Amino acid sequence: MSRIPENLRYSDTHEWVEDLGNGRFRIGITDHAQELLGDVVYVEGPEPGRIVVAGEPCGVLESVKAASDLFSPLSGQVIEQNAEVAGNPQWLNEDPYGKGWIFVVETGAEAWNRLLDSAAYLALAGQ
Amino acid sequence: MELIFGLDHKRPEREPPEGIPVSLLRQGRLPLPNPSELEVLRHYTRLSQQNFSVDTQFYPLGSCTMKYNPRIAHELAVQRGFSRLHPATPARAQQGLLQCLWELQEWLTALTGMAAASLTPAAGAQGELAGVAMIRAYHRRLGDSGRTRFLIPQGAHGTNPASARMAGFDVSEIPCGPEGDMDLEALDRALGPDVAGIMLTNPSVLGTFERQIAEVARRVHAAGGLLYYDGANLNAILGRVKPGVMGFDAMHLNLHKTFATPHGGGGPGSGVVAVSAALEPYLPVPRVGRDSCGWCWETRRNHPDSIGQLGGYGGSVAVLLRAHAYIRRLGAKGLRRVSAYAALNANYLLKELQRAGYLAAFPQRRAGHEFVLSLQDLRETTGVRALDVVKRLLDFGIHAPTVYFPQLVPECLLVEPTETESRATLDRFVAVMAKIRREAMETPEILFGAPHHLPVKRLDEALAARRLEVAG
Amino acid sequence: MPYIPHDPDETAVMLATVGLDSLDALFDEIPAALQCDVLEIPDGISERALRREMEHRAAQQPDLRCFAGGGVYAHHIPALVWEIAGRGEFYSAYTPYQPEASQGTLQTLYEFQSCITRLTGMDISNASLHDGPTALAEACLMALRLRQDRNRAILVPATLWPHWRAVLETILGLQDIQLVLLPMDPGTGRLILPEQGLDEREPAAMIIPQIGIFGVLEDVDTLSLWAEQQGLLRIAVCSPYALAMLKPPVEWGERGVDIAVGEAQPLGVPLSGGGPYLGFLACRRDHVRQLPGRLVAKTVDREGREGYCLTLQAREQHIRRGKATSNICTSQGLLVTAATIHMGALGADGLQQAAWESHRLAVRLQSLLLDIPGVQGTCPGPIFQEFAVRFPLPARYLQDRLLEAGILAGIPLQDWGMGEDGDMLVACTELLDDQDLEEYAAAIRQILQEGRLAWN
Repeated sequence: MSRIPENLRYSDTHEWVEDLGNGRFRIGITDHAQELLGDVVYVEGPEPGRIVVAGEPCGVLESVKAASDLFSPLSGQVIEQNAEVAGNPQWLNEDPYGKGWIFVVETGAEAWNRLLDSAAYLALAGQ
Repeated sequence: MELIFGLDHKRPEREPPEGIPVSLLRQGRLPLPNPSELEVLRHYTRLSQQNFSVDTQFYPLGSCTMKYNPRIAHELAVQRGFSRLHPATPARAQQGLLQCLWELQEWLTALTGMAAASLTPAAGAQGELAGVAMIRAYHRRLGDSGRTRFLIPQGAHGTNPASARMAGFDVSEIPCGPEGDMDLEALDRALGPDVAGIMLTNPSVLGTFERQIAEVARRVHAAGGLLYYDGANLNAILGRVKPGVMGFDAMHLNLHKTFATPHGGGGPGSGVVAVSAALEPYLPVPRVGRDSCGWCWETRRNHPDSIGQLGGYGGSVAVLLRAHAYIRRLGAKGLRRVSAYAALNANYLLKELQRAGYLAAFPQRRAGHEFVLSLQDLRETTGVRALDVVKRLLDFGIHAPTVYFPQLVPECLLVEPTETESRATLDRFVAVMAKIRREAMETPEILFGAPHHLPVKRLDEALAARRLEVAG
Repeated sequence: MPYIPHDPDETAVMLATVGLDSLDALFDEIPAALQCDVLEIPDGISERALRREMEHRAAQQPDLRCFAGGGVYAHHIPALVWEIAGRGEFYSAYTPYQPEASQGTLQTLYEFQSCITRLTGMDISNASLHDGPTALAEACLMALRLRQDRNRAILVPATLWPHWRAVLETILGLQDIQLVLLPMDPGTGRLILPEQGLDEREPAAMIIPQIGIFGVLEDVDTLSLWAEQQGLLRIAVCSPYALAMLKPPVEWGERGVDIAVGEAQPLGVPLSGGGPYLGFLACRRDHVRQLPGRLVAKTVDREGREGYCLTLQAREQHIRRGKATSNICTSQGLLVTAATIHMGALGADGLQQAAWESHRLAVRLQSLLLDIPGVQGTCPGPIFQEFAVRFPLPARYLQDRLLEAGILAGIPLQDWGMGEDGDMLVACTELLDDQDLEEYAAAIRQILQEGRLAWN
């Protein structure tokens, strides 16, 4: 069973969001998502400065057997990108909620409230 | 195995030619090796022995039609009168070749029930590109430039959406019903004034014949769209039903599947296109024509509305010659027997595998030339995946069926025995599959570790992609 | 019946297993109204009769000494190349999706990729595309993706072979990509660079052929530098035998090119009247995500043993479908195998020897022809193995007449809608010898003589 930390919020496209305070939110893909993808071999997240839109593609994930768009769970401006994960795509498999984070978005706090909580995501991922 | 680059003997340096400025010349040595002929012969002979092939193994790879490649076709196609011919040779010095190609064009037109054909596409995907490009040109000629979308059934070959996109179209998927036929209500919802056409394989990628094809054609045509036939599965219906009669307007044929030209480790192929009379002016050039002086290459000068040239010359000529020889050898009756025995082998194998405990994805349907099994039950009870089963097959000297395609069916195998395999070969395959099923229940670790008896064990494909060492 | 093993008893037993009583019943799901009984093609014939018929057809193509090029050339192919490439294990295998059962094909493809990177100096080569022109079209699409489609135009030199340009027009035209033509100086056969940079919408890339349409070697450094200064990606078009002698594209200009493509047919692939051939496409490492076509990588198995597998398949149509880098799913497998064995069989030394000899013969023939009264050169620059010459009679007429002497004299430039009536593009390879050149020149001399007599 994949891990779904309670302190995070989630999107129905299998990204997690962590509230860093001051309207900043860190984003990655869930444990469930990395299990579905298999061995990740390539990560391309949005660059700092880019405006991303909730529910729209903002990057690319590739595993050995699959390719998938990376969706942004929030609308806002990208203020940071995990520079190391591009060279270590296996971190998405090994530590999806830690070293495998992908980017940080700055946006209003109200968006957070529209995301799924861990119980709701468990219901979605468990299906 | 060691790379060829390790087999090197020193040779003296060569003086640069006079008359070419030094700034245009290569400086330093050319970094290729200098092996002896015997070293080269041994190296590549040994490499060849690490391959599975139709000549050495049963190769039931679904959707790929791995049938016997008759050697007479090879021998005839590489005769020096053909192989040494430069494409710039005047037509009067290549009449023998042009006659063969013209006949092939005529035969393929007749076999498909179409009005005309062009031999130039180099492979199936290029044929698809030509097909959708012709449909695009047709609509534009009618002033109908708003048709920007192509419909494609869910689970179609990945080349279909990729080719449609290459021709500038957007793509919408149409779902299919529980028995494998298209969902006509979904089709109606998708059709509209922005739809250029639909791309279909029939039998579909599920191995079953689309029984409502005439109705599909009627509805698409009524909405102003055209139908493209992906000829990947033509072996199933060769000489039984013609795509032109089913209502298709354009199609390609994979000569390396249906007409027994070799797959060669992934090419070269040939993706001849055939079309209805309405699309004939748009066929890619050059085409083979006939005038008072004999046979000739026709270019854009003869066909000003053509979508143009897809390759440097007239297509995969040496492949076309092999297909020509195959059709000439089999003739009309022989070709009808191809589909009959392809279907017999597939349906027989399906029944026997069901008897061995395997589940058909569409048990109520007749198989075309191939069929889909789902190993979902095996995965749930034993943890063994379709991938493990096919890797284990390799240990028994049988090539894997296509695995995880069509994507609609979980843990699937797509099995295509082809007509050139004997009943004894099929029976052995069934026995091996039955044994593997027992192993999955009793000793699944044998499957997880398979293959055990090949030159390498399972390879780390993630490492390959992350490290990306692609040249030595 | 050919190639189908079943005897009547086997057929009957198998039908009974399926629960049917006839072969036709296997098609009972196809609506009867759609089915056909008759095929309008001839009856089959025996292998003996087929061989006889096709030997007759083959014999209708006369044996010619080949002075035609234009991107594809009649080089010597060592006997062992097709002896090995024709082995069933290569000939009748499929795309190596099951790597454990395809190490032979995979390692061969890997060696091909390695040979192309060694010839071009580029970091990465794919496992081939359909032919040179399609490789160039794919390179242009790749360049547009690298520029994220901001500039939907490509700078196309007038020195590019017209049949290559025709393919660009077809494939790039489908996506409404503009081809901006860069003119050629007809006096030198070389490109003219605009003096004040580009005034049109900035293209994504510039195509730079190492050898121009009249056979003249381009000043690739100057062209590359100019393209660098304009901020364009550079796509080199080169030919493998020429690369044995000439500067590899990684060294052009200050930074080298971004993508190098070419027609690899000269490497062991018979001319076969126009195909199949194989194109190569090589690029810098940082462009690899946009590379079209198959790619093989080295890896290890569970026990740490080296092996090879297809990689970056997520770029390809069978996974990424409509978003793939290309719709192409073949490499030219068997031809790649032949090309790789060919490079091994010749070795660096053999390849260079053939290149040097082709060059020597071309230079000699050029001077033999220019010695004939009335024959003129078209462009003065240095050549590799091909040159254009202007005859005082129509080139098509001369080409036709030389067939009688067993010579394919070259490509009349009017066939390409270029040049003047008398212009012919003439190529030499090491398959020819000095006597062939002398016979060519003598035949021309004689026809011109006849022409003059008739004239007087």
